Amino acid sequence: MENKIEIRDMNLYYGDFHALHGIDLDIRANEITAFIGPSGCGKSTLLRSLNRMNDLVEGCKITGDITLDGEDIYKDCDVNRLRKRVGMVFQKPNPFPMSIYDNIAYGPRTHGIKSRVRLDEIVETSLRHAAIWEETKDCLKKSALSMSGGQQQRICIARALAADPEVLLMDEPTSALDPISTAKIEDLVLELKKDYTIVMVTHNMQQATRVSDITAFFLLGDMIEVGKTEQLFSMPQDKRTEDYITGRFG
Amino acid sequence: MKNFWEKLMHGVFFVCALASIFAVVMICIFLFANGIPAIREIGVLDFLTGTKWKPGNDIYGILPMIVGSIYITAGAILIGVPVGLLTAVFMAFYCPQRAYRLLKPCTELLAGIPSIVYGFFGMIVIVPAVREAAALFGADISGSSILSASILLGVMILPTVIGVAESALRAVPQNYYEGAVAMGATHERAVFSVMLPAAKSGVLASIVLGVGRAIGETMAVVMVAGNQPRLTGNVLKGIRTLTANIVQEMGYATGLHREALIATGCVLFVFILLINLTFSVLKRRKDA
Repeated sequence: MENKIEIRDMNLYYGDFHALHGIDLDIRANEITAFIGPSGCGKSTLLRSLNRMNDLVEGCKITGDITLDGEDIYKDCDVNRLRKRVGMVFQKPNPFPMSIYDNIAYGPRTHGIKSRVRLDEIVETSLRHAAIWEETKDCLKKSALSMSGGQQQRICIARALAADPEVLLMDEPTSALDPISTAKIEDLVLELKKDYTIVMVTHNMQQATRVSDITAFFLLGDMIEVGKTEQLFSMPQDKRTEDYITGRFG
Repeated sequence: MKNFWEKLMHGVFFVCALASIFAVVMICIFLFANGIPAIREIGVLDFLTGTKWKPGNDIYGILPMIVGSIYITAGAILIGVPVGLLTAVFMAFYCPQRAYRLLKPCTELLAGIPSIVYGFFGMIVIVPAVREAAALFGADISGSSILSASILLGVMILPTVIGVAESALRAVPQNYYEGAVAMGATHERAVFSVMLPAAKSGVLASIVLGVGRAIGETMAVVMVAGNQPRLTGNVLKGIRTLTANIVQEMGYATGLHREALIATGCVLFVFILLINLTFSVLKRRKDA
């Protein structure tokens, strides 16, 4: 399978703080890659480098290369176009304080789609894709904030999908949700990998085993180990990975 | 013993809290006790919709002053709100840290300048500027006019609009912004299509407070508005506001004239009441 994203000798600094050390990682198309590790290990930081959200952080500096389909995302690529191709779902559901319809239509409108017919179509497919069409089709005019947390997160996923991305970054997408909503999102993610490349940060190791194909384990800014998920969890190569997944720390 | 002190302090706080309520109630009583008999004597309709204000002939119609206050307030909003709102957007989302450290105290200082100083500035700078600008088009006017007063008041409401709108914009959760740019929206689009609408009720509140400030302003307006009690749609002509009406004649007025001025105060008070009501409704909507 082809590599969608390649990360080569990537270092990241917040001012003087060296947050990520020499990361090398391939992310393959149409697979789910999970980043696990204790808080502060740099997994979210790495995720946010993939769509350059770290640009918003003052004093953040990155060396090395990150390529998307062979294009260097920090050199060859317009950042807004990059973020259209690499969508993101956040830890805390963050629908905009506007109607469900306008939330979903935000991405397409941003990228110049004005036709009402076309927008209606995108809104419906995106909501269907995010498995929330049935719950929302009769209340598209309602404020997205009036929905439950789990519904809001699926609306956010639909919103990300509506911008027609190739890669979907998910930063602990279920950590603010109850178990039932979590299960729905996990099913959804498995469904979505047919069409998208997915990178997910998770604190929940069961979640990583349930949904991901590849797991990468991070500790204190180093990527300790990466491999097929079942392999990493059944026969970790590194003592530190083993300690973490067996719950000895973290 | 401890219980006694606690009770005592409780009483002290309570009395302090009552002081402002007491003041409001006293002002209400004073205004309406003096104003309402006058309105009754003049006749409600004659008072509110009368177009002539001739105290010498015992004719007291304040419609020109009501319209004057509304004109000048509307003018101030027209000028002050766009400038103030964009300043607030700039300060919240665009301003480099260093410039902010200069800009913020400047806008705050603007709020602290006494209105007489504003009036003086208006008289010396704005009124002649308006006169000369009009002269370019062949109009011969004094310069004291609706336009001059609107410009001056527009500047005077800036700190109110900027302060309230900026804090409303800053209160919008940062994750809305992140959500927008993560979909490929530019900074401008994220600010104007997500952040600004999200702060809508706070922004409206800033405008309402600006209206309150403009309609109640007296000293500065007296100095630049011309103060002729007339109905006119010409922004280059002078006009008199409710506040100006009171301050100009209160010094020598007696009898019904004096009471009619207090009644003018009643009308102003009702305006302010309505504005405050609007403000608290907006605030409640923000909390909900």
